[in-house]
Parts: sequence; C-alpha cells; structure tokens
Amino acid sequence: MTAVPHPLSPAARAVGARDLAWLIGSLVLVVVPHALRAPWWLTALTLCLFAWRFWYALNRAPLPSRWLVMGVAAVGILGVWMEYRTLFGRGPGIILLVLFAGLKLLETRNHRDAALASFLGYFLIITNFLYTQSIPTAALMCAALFALTATLIGFSAPQRGIKANLRTSSLLLAHAAPAALVLFLLFPRVQGPLWGLPQDAYSGMTGLSESMAPGNLSSLAQSDSIAFRAEFQGDPPPHAQRYWRGPVLWDFDGRTWTMLPVRLKDFTEPKGGRRYRYDIVLEPHNRPWLFALERAASVPERARMTIDGQLLAPGAVRARLRYGVSSAVSPEPDEAEDTRLLSRALRLPAGASPRAAALAEEWRAAAKTDTEILARAIGFLRQGRYTYTLEPALLGVHAVDDFLFGTKEGFCEHFSSAFVFLMRAAGVPARVVTGYQGGELNLVDQIITVRQADAHAWAEVHLAGRGWVRVDPTAAAVPGRVEAGLARAMPQSQALPLMMRERLEWLKGARDRWEALAHQWNVWVLGYNPERQRDLMSLIGMRDADWRSLTATLFTVLGAMTLALLAWSLGRLARPDPVQRAWRAFCRKLAAHGIERAHNEGPRDYASRAARALPASRRAILRIGSQYIRLRYGVHASRPGVARLRRMVRELRVT
Amino acid sequence: MIGALLARRPRLANWIYGFTPPERGVVVLVHRRVYIVPARLGWMFGATLLLLLVGSINYAIALGFALTFLLAGLGLAGMVHTARNLARIAVSAGRAEPVFAGEAAQFRIYLDGRTAHDRPAILVRHVGSGVQMVVDVPAAGAAEVVLAVPAPRRGWLPLGRVMLETRFPLGLFRAWSYIEPDARCLVYPRPERTALPPQSAEAEAGGARSPTPGNDDFAGLRGYQPADSPRHVAWKAVARSDELLTKQFTGEAAAELWLDWRLLPTSDNLEQRLSILAGWVLAAERNGMRYGLRLPGVEIAPGRGDGHSGAALQALALYKIS
Repeated sequence: MTAVPHPLSPAARAVGARDLAWLIGSLVLVVVPHALRAPWWLTALTLCLFAWRFWYALNRAPLPSRWLVMGVAAVGILGVWMEYRTLFGRGPGIILLVLFAGLKLLETRNHRDAALASFLGYFLIITNFLYTQSIPTAALMCAALFALTATLIGFSAPQRGIKANLRTSSLLLAHAAPAALVLFLLFPRVQGPLWGLPQDAYSGMTGLSESMAPGNLSSLAQSDSIAFRAEFQGDPPPHAQRYWRGPVLWDFDGRTWTMLPVRLKDFTEPKGGRRYRYDIVLEPHNRPWLFALERAASVPERARMTIDGQLLAPGAVRARLRYGVSSAVSPEPDEAEDTRLLSRALRLPAGASPRAAALAEEWRAAAKTDTEILARAIGFLRQGRYTYTLEPALLGVHAVDDFLFGTKEGFCEHFSSAFVFLMRAAGVPARVVTGYQGGELNLVDQIITVRQADAHAWAEVHLAGRGWVRVDPTAAAVPGRVEAGLARAMPQSQALPLMMRERLEWLKGARDRWEALAHQWNVWVLGYNPERQRDLMSLIGMRDADWRSLTATLFTVLGAMTLALLAWSLGRLARPDPVQRAWRAFCRKLAAHGIERAHNEGPRDYASRAARALPASRRAILRIGSQYIRLRYGVHASRPGVARLRRMVRELRVT
Repeated sequence: MIGALLARRPRLANWIYGFTPPERGVVVLVHRRVYIVPARLGWMFGATLLLLLVGSINYAIALGFALTFLLAGLGLAGMVHTARNLARIAVSAGRAEPVFAGEAAQFRIYLDGRTAHDRPAILVRHVGSGVQMVVDVPAAGAAEVVLAVPAPRRGWLPLGRVMLETRFPLGLFRAWSYIEPDARCLVYPRPERTALPPQSAEAEAGGARSPTPGNDDFAGLRGYQPADSPRHVAWKAVARSDELLTKQFTGEAAAELWLDWRLLPTSDNLEQRLSILAGWVLAAERNGMRYGLRLPGVEIAPGRGDGHSGAALQALALYKIS
C-alpha cells in the first residue's frame, strides 16, 4: 500500500556510533580469550578491523568498498592457511570466525547487519567453550552475553538511554533463566558426536602416553593441570600407598618403553588387603585408559581389564568421565603368570648398556634367589647417590649405562627404566608401570586431586610364589619422593609448578576452596550427561525417561512457565494504580444508582452530574471528584492524599 | 486478497480484529487484540540457536547447552516483553481541526502507557494512507502522535483503522494491534480563487439604508466586539489607551453580500461550484465584508468572523452529504 520504508524494519535503520560502540565492545569481550590462543597477527588484525569500522562511524564516512573488504578477507584467509596449512578443523575454523566478525562489521550499515553481527557474537561464545569451560570463562562469557543482549535492545530503541537498556537486558535474562534451567535439565540429551569431528578436536589434552622415553614424564610433571579427582567413601589411603595404575610397559628398545598390544582378561577379584571405595572424575585425556588405585578390586561400568591389570574404557576418554571403582591395597599374592608373558618380561635389546648388563650378571652369579637379587639392586640404587631432578642431563646411546654410572641424575622414568633393565639382565621378569603417585587431599571437600605433576613410573618384578610385586626404584633412591611428594624431593633451586611450591600455604588454602568449587562445577554443570539426566528423572519419579516423555515434560513445563510470565507481565499491566482503583470503586458505587459514567465524560463533569442527581451526597461526591483530579492530573500525588481519596470513597454512602 | 475479503465481510473483520469500529473514548488494548509473530530477525535467531544446539551435541559442550538454552529462554522472554510493550496501552484520539480538501488532516492520537515501565519504539501507522510515526511512551506518562492523513475530498473524513506495532526489546518478534478510534475531521471544499460576485439585488435595494459598514473608507472607531476581525482592530489606538477599538469603514461595496448558488454558471458541476463558493467565503472574510450564503435548501444569514465563516464552510463541506 505504501512505498515508505517500514520505520521499525531493522534493514531501514542506519546503525549509530553508540550502538556500534556497544557491539564492538561486546565482540571484544567474546574474542578476548581467543587472543591467548590465536596467532598474534590475527588478534591485531581483528582489533584493527574493529577500530577501522569505528573510525568510519565517528567520521560518518561511507564504508569501504566491497572489493577492499574482500581483499582484507583474502589476506586473512591466506594468513590462516600459512599458519595452520589448512582452513578446516577446530583451530583455524574458529580463527576464521573471529576474522569474519571483524569483516562483518566493515559492511554493517543498518540494524539488520548489526543484529546479525550480534548473533555471530552469540555463536562465538560457544567457540570459547570448545577450549575451556572453567568458571572464569563462564563468567566472562556471561558478561559478554549480557552486553550483546543490551546491544540488541539498543538496536530496537536507538534513542533510549543506555542505562534503561541495561536494565531491560538484566530483566530479560532474569526471565530467561528459569526457562534455561528447565531446558538444561529436561531437554533430551543425546550422546555426541553426530558426525566425525575434525582431527584437531582433542589436541591439547595432556596425560600419560603409550610409551615412555627419557624426558616424557618430566615434561608432563611440570604441568599443573588436573589429571583426575578421587572422592573416597571414608578415609583415603596414606600418600605413600596411593599408586594410581596406568599403562604398563613391556618392550624396551634401549631407550623407549612401549605397551603390549591390548589383550583382555576376565576380571578376578584380589583377595585380602584393605578395601577402598571411591569415585573418580577423570579429565579427558584422549586415551582409553582409566586410573584406579593398585589393585583394582572392581571394574567400572562398561570398562574392561587387560592381562597386565590396566583398566580400559570402551573408547578414548574425550569428555570428563565419572566412574565408581574399588581397590584393595596390599592384597594377597596373585596366582601364577603365563610363561609366555614371563619370557617377554625378560627380553632386552642385544648389546644395549653393556656395563649395566654385566653388573646384573654379577648379581645373578652371586645370589641364590630372585629376592636376593632384588635386594642387591635396591641397595645399589640407595647407595648410588643419585639425584632426583626435573631437568636431567641428556643421555647417550647406552641410556641405562649413562644414567647409572655417568650422570647419576634423573627423574622417575630414569630410575624405573634402569631398574627394570637391571632386573631383566639378572634374569628376573620385570616391567615398567606408569601412572600417578600420591595426589593432594583438598581439606575443604576431602577430595584427592591428582595432577599431571604427580605422573610417576615404577616397576613390577615377578617373584616365584609371590607373583607381581611392586618396587618403586625412585623411592629407594630418593625416599622423599613417595613419602611427601614431588616438592620435598626437589632441591629448592629447581623450578616447580607454582602451586607445588611450599611456602605459599595461604595460597594453597585459597586454591583448595576454589578447586572444591570447580569440582562441584565439573560434576553438576559440566558433567550433566544423558546418564545423569536419567538419574535425575528417576529421582523425580520418571523411570526409564526416554526422549518422548522428556520432550512432553519439557514442553508442558516450558509452556506453563511462558504462560506464567505472560500472566505476570499482563497482570502487572492490568493492575491499575491505587488512585485509579479508588476512582473505579467510586464509579461503581454511583453506577449502582443509575449514574453511569459515559466513555467521554471527564471526572469533573461526571462528579458534578452525579452531585446534581444525588443532592444528599452532593458534597462528598464533589470532594471525591476534585481529590481525584488533584491526584491524577496534579503535579505530585502524595501518599496521604491517595489514602484520603480511598477513605472518602469507602465512606461514601449513596442514598 | 485477505484484505479484500475482510472489506466485503465487515463482521468477519470485526471478529478477527477483536473489536467493532468505531471505538468511542479511550481504547485499552487488551492482550487478545495484540498479535505477535516472529520477525525475520527472529527466524535468523532461531537458526543460530539450532546451530548452537547441534554444535553443543556434537562436541558435548555442557556450557554450550547452557548458552543455547539461555538464548532460547531469552527468545521466549523477548516474545512476552514484545507483547507487553503494546498490551494494555490506552489509546485515544483527540480533536482534529477542519482542513480544506487537498490538505492533510492532523489527527492527534494519545498513547497512555499507564504503567511504571516505559514503552519505547511504538510505530503508529494509519492503515489507509500509510502515514506513520514512531513514538516512545514514557513511564507512567503519555505520548502524542500527529498523523497527517491526506484529505482529498470534502465532507467528514473518518480516521479509520490505525495500526500500532512494536519490535522492542530484541527485534525478534513483531507485535501489532489495530484500533479504529471514533475520530473524524471536517474537510471543507477545496477553495477556488475567483472574483467576488457583484452585489446582489437585495443589497442594491437596501442601498438607501447606507452607510452600511464596508471596508473601503475609514469611517471612525467603535468598541471591539468579539466577532470583529483582528485585521480591523485599531492597534495604534490600543497602544494609546488600553481599550480595544475597531476601525469602521464605509463604502459602496459595504453592502451585505450574498454568496448565492444561483450566481454560479450552471455549466460547472457540484464540486466546482462548492469550490468557488468556498473561495468566495474566504475572500469575503478577508475583505471584512458581511456576507450570507445561499445553497438550495440552506441559507446562512449574513455575518462576519471566524465562527461565521466556519459555519458557512461547514455547510459547503456537508452539502448533499448525509
């Protein structure tokens, strides 16, 4: 009917400098965490694009031509390609999205473009969660969400004050929160992924690997990040008994130890020993193995056990995983081992480390039993004046010889590797076990936190009649390591992860509290998965909740909530102010006597007409009329004035 | 197509729009009269949500789910707030001053928020002409909109249907409502400038009664009467004394002037004749004459002043219009 552009259509409204500033500010909040991961030039480029666009807004200059924008885009894409050698995958994909946010602003002319840029901002929020979902990130992203919402509101009402827009933004988010909670709890959860993920989706997850070479563990031990948390029912075992078993390494090539191909066995429960039951919340490490105290007395749901006593999940652990398990500390000896395996536990590469091999043969010749050889080896390490260090000197071709007789300094991987070598050379079956040792008890929530810094390697030897026996050569050489942890075992001069240093006790207390909070966050917010949803549903009486019943419940609750919100907001609108209510009561009283107010009749006219019609109450009616006019149209309505009007209306007796 | 259907079936239209026009007095938009649909941005927002949901499922991101659901809740809250921005607003129409055909009638519409919160960015659009204006209704206050609706023909111009629309706060939804206030504007015929007619026979016959007041020669001063044209007030004399005085004129043309339908050429049609008569009324008023109007079946006695010209023009405007 009309060719006039629709004034509320966002495509018809040019975006102003204020709204643009808000948009840019919120986008900066969203991309700030990416700046820590992205190549520096890309961060700089994106910020330049933002600043460029803002400069245009301040100078009211026409935006750059499409060709120029496309040129910048091409340069950016080329840069990303040169950085990553691909444009696909998580890292480059997110970097490109950040870049596009800057480019999108450069062609943002009207409110529609700007609103789409804020939607892109909403989308960029989730890309941060691909890297970390910690509480600080969540808090920062909440701030970004708030700012983006205020920005969107600004687009709808450009002339409105920013304070009012912020208020509306908080009100909207407050109204959105209950619906979000219901959706979070009831939305039918599907276990992802829906399709193949890019190759680099799980890069950056750290943990123990399938092999051990000098330097592996000591670099891992410098990481403060958490491997898993264990929540014990009752008291946990003491520090020195907390050996968390991981990959078992059998094959040695003179330098690197590697695992056996996976072979499963039927689980048999160990007898005797002290039992511990506990839950483990394992951080994703992109490998299938699970950790449990030696020796596991049960197998977690869906997990299996290998012939060398490792627990394996069905697939690589790529999301935080919670499992319950129990262990028996120092149980009775195992039954006999397969002889083929035992012979594998004796294999050594020919000609490697001849001095150590010769020493072991000496022990063999002098000793009557394997136990005696074991005692000699431990004695040798204990008296060898070995130094425990995170930064050992590099080793040559004969790594064991170099360590035992040359440098004499090493980390647990050196000690265990050399020890197993000596045992095998002396004819005692032995193998290397990697895992974690110790872990720190959080005094706030009594949860044991095991960090990558607790990574450890020890040995197991097979003794006739006693089966596999754990020997910790590091503990023999450097007793403090296992008794008190890494920090006490290190010379003071060595750089330890910040949190492992001793003197920062107050800092540790604060960290304990923080980590207790983070643990709850992990379990209740981040760990809410299909299983937990089922548990919660059965808790509220919905057994075997499938997606149909969940969806039905979801929509019922959500619909009821929307209606409640609607009723609330409309109810507030419909509720007239007290002055109006009193006036309506007055009108009703008079209408009962046949004096109805006409639609177009003002209060003065109505009151005087009523006064004429009802001379007995003339004065009261006129006073109510003038009081109402004073309150409704006067400069200010005082509280006593309102109360007086209500009283007058209440006391009006029409005769 | 629907518009045409509704135009033919007014009762259906009334049922759909939720009211029976015209509406007298103050109209409160109850929520049943507020319609709401997603705007185009709303669909794009929905698409963003879908992407976020798929991403969250695929990568199993707990906070991604939280974000997606919070945004979904935001959409729902936005819908309620958009409806609320319009619901229970009180609309009334003010008086519209008469205009001449071809001009624009200035309809005043008052939007009374009646609530503690403000109602920003409300579009008021006259459906018939497409005239529109965006207005912010302040908290616990009212806003006034003037719609300049083109008035092409003489007679009563009803305001007709007016649409109120809003997309506040998020722009994801579009809420609107129709009202049809009982407001109308009197439209005078389009005046045509032609020479005034010669004095009528009666005026000549009454020439013996002269001097009759005219406006050719200054004859003296007399006390001001409310009907006197401000043009004839002796402002210099007022400056000397505080009394309002009116200059009196005499002249040959100062006779009573009859603007008579029969003086017009019969070749002109009705509207042209009315236009000429309207032009004469204006010219006579400008010249300070006393004039009367004669239409078939209507006669307005000679007089002068704004009230008189208004009555004459109204008679012309409504001539042969029930």
